[in-house]
Amino acid sequence: MTATALSRRAQDWLPAALVFAFGLVAWQWLLPDVVHVQRFLLPRFSAVMSTFWIERSSLFAAGWFTFKEALGGFVLGCSTAFIGALVLARWKPLGRAVLPYAIAANAIPIIAFAPITNAWFGLLSPWSKIVISAVLCFFPVLVNTLRGLTSVRPESLELMRSYAASEAQIFRRVRIPTSLPFVFTALKVACVLSMIGAVVGDYFGGSTTALGVQIQSSVALSRYETAWAAILVASILGIALYGSVALAERLVVGWHPSTREHRE
Amino acid sequence: MSDSVVSISGLSKTFAKADITALDDISLEIGQREFVSLIGPSGCGKSTLLRAVGDIVEPTAGSVEVNGKPARRARLDGDYGIVFQAPVLYDWRTVAKNIALPLEMLGWDRARRVARVKEMVELVDLAGFEDHHPWQLSGGMQQRVSIARAFSFSPALLLMDEPFGALDEMTRERLNLELLRLWLETESTVIFVTHSISEAVFLSTRVVVMSARPGRVSAIVPIDLPQPRMAATREEARFFELVTEVREALHAGGADLA
Ligand SMILES: Nc1ncnc2c1ncn2[C@@H]1O[C@H](COP(=O)(O)OP(=O)(O)OP(=O)(O)O)[C@@H](O)[C@H]1O
Ligand SMILES: [Mg+2]
Repeated sequence: MTATALSRRAQDWLPAALVFAFGLVAWQWLLPDVVHVQRFLLPRFSAVMSTFWIERSSLFAAGWFTFKEALGGFVLGCSTAFIGALVLARWKPLGRAVLPYAIAANAIPIIAFAPITNAWFGLLSPWSKIVISAVLCFFPVLVNTLRGLTSVRPESLELMRSYAASEAQIFRRVRIPTSLPFVFTALKVACVLSMIGAVVGDYFGGSTTALGVQIQSSVALSRYETAWAAILVASILGIALYGSVALAERLVVGWHPSTREHRE
Repeated sequence: MSDSVVSISGLSKTFAKADITALDDISLEIGQREFVSLIGPSGCGKSTLLRAVGDIVEPTAGSVEVNGKPARRARLDGDYGIVFQAPVLYDWRTVAKNIALPLEMLGWDRARRVARVKEMVELVDLAGFEDHHPWQLSGGMQQRVSIARAFSFSPALLLMDEPFGALDEMTRERLNLELLRLWLETESTVIFVTHSISEAVFLSTRVVVMSARPGRVSAIVPIDLPQPRMAATREEARFFELVTEVREALHAGGADLA
């Protein structure tokens, strides 16, 4: 029983593991030796890993510095967006007035504002990165949460009405739970955006301990292995943040019918 | 009539935007512990009538009184339980919590809620499924949860809009019997919308036949089958006579429609 279950799991993972192994082989030998990709385009995997190991403490210090900025932006942007969505859903005329602009703002490349927030808050202040990350997170969370809050079936509302429910009770018991799957979809998008915001914000200037600044200066000094190792750190932190959000989703929206396909 | 639970007089409803007169001058008295079915062609205003009684739609003219109070007051007092055609259950709540929802809204304390939920779960034969989520249940079981929820707080009046419309014949007949048992045990009054003549006759103390465009009451057929009704009731000669009577009333009402 368990043995077959284990081998089934192994079979599920096998294709992904093979792709991973092939990627490493390609990176280490195929690209440099067969395709003759130059070191400044992509250094060998082993070279990146050894640099990563040698410079690990400064890399992780930089990663942690930037991660805190990203996390700050994520929390700030997502919480204000959630509260904003509640307000817009509660006062519908206001929502109708604001929503088109929110949708439009969702479509513009907000990252283009990164030099502006640097100018507003100062290059070295963490707030310049926190704010650009927060603004990046804000619109997708606002639009999705609002959609979730307003996608309640009319019968659900009629039922609550028949219990003489107040607006606050309808929000607490129906609208907010209905919106949660939408919210988590947006949070997963937002956590990726928050890392992008913090790192790209650094590219336009920031503290020398920041990850984005280190990537940029390493490239400028032709220390490509260090740049790639720093990108690896950014990826690890981004995946960790995404994984935490996905885990929170499983815990909070575990009731959702979409979890049923995982049961046998 | 002082002993009527529902008193509808001169009720009309026009949907201005669509320019549809859904209900035209409906008057109806429903007494304590009656089981009244509304039957009529699709679009004749059965759901609208039910919604007007439940103060979900605002009538254009006329009035609805429930327990001697205007419909709005009765709604605010929690006098209704509603069951829709599709079970309106909340996915994030378990069966037990779905049934407890109106009790929470009425401010019952935990111990009382738990005791009542246990009672209701047994009444609708769902013991063992308390901790399941709605999407883990079959359609018939889901509808039983909605029915348990509607009965849970012993409302004076039950409004049911084709609650068994989406179910297969066998499940439907079983739930018919369960519903009658609940009705007899809880001393409630029921208004029940259905498309099925035999279901209307089997369940009701009176069948109200409606005609379409505009929606009017075209006939009222009292059902004198003895209580309690059982599966065998469906095989009695009197049952067939009443089915025929309702069918003819339905056709007479719809004849001028063509
Ligand atoms: N919100 C609304 N806006 C406009 N027209 C409506 C609305 N609700 C119902 N109607 C119209 O009122 C009429 C009666 O509708 P209602 O839903 O009460 O019919 P019904 O008898 O319940 O039909 P069915 O048996 O198909 O459920 C229909 O012509 C319908 O189009
Ligand atoms: Mg209807």
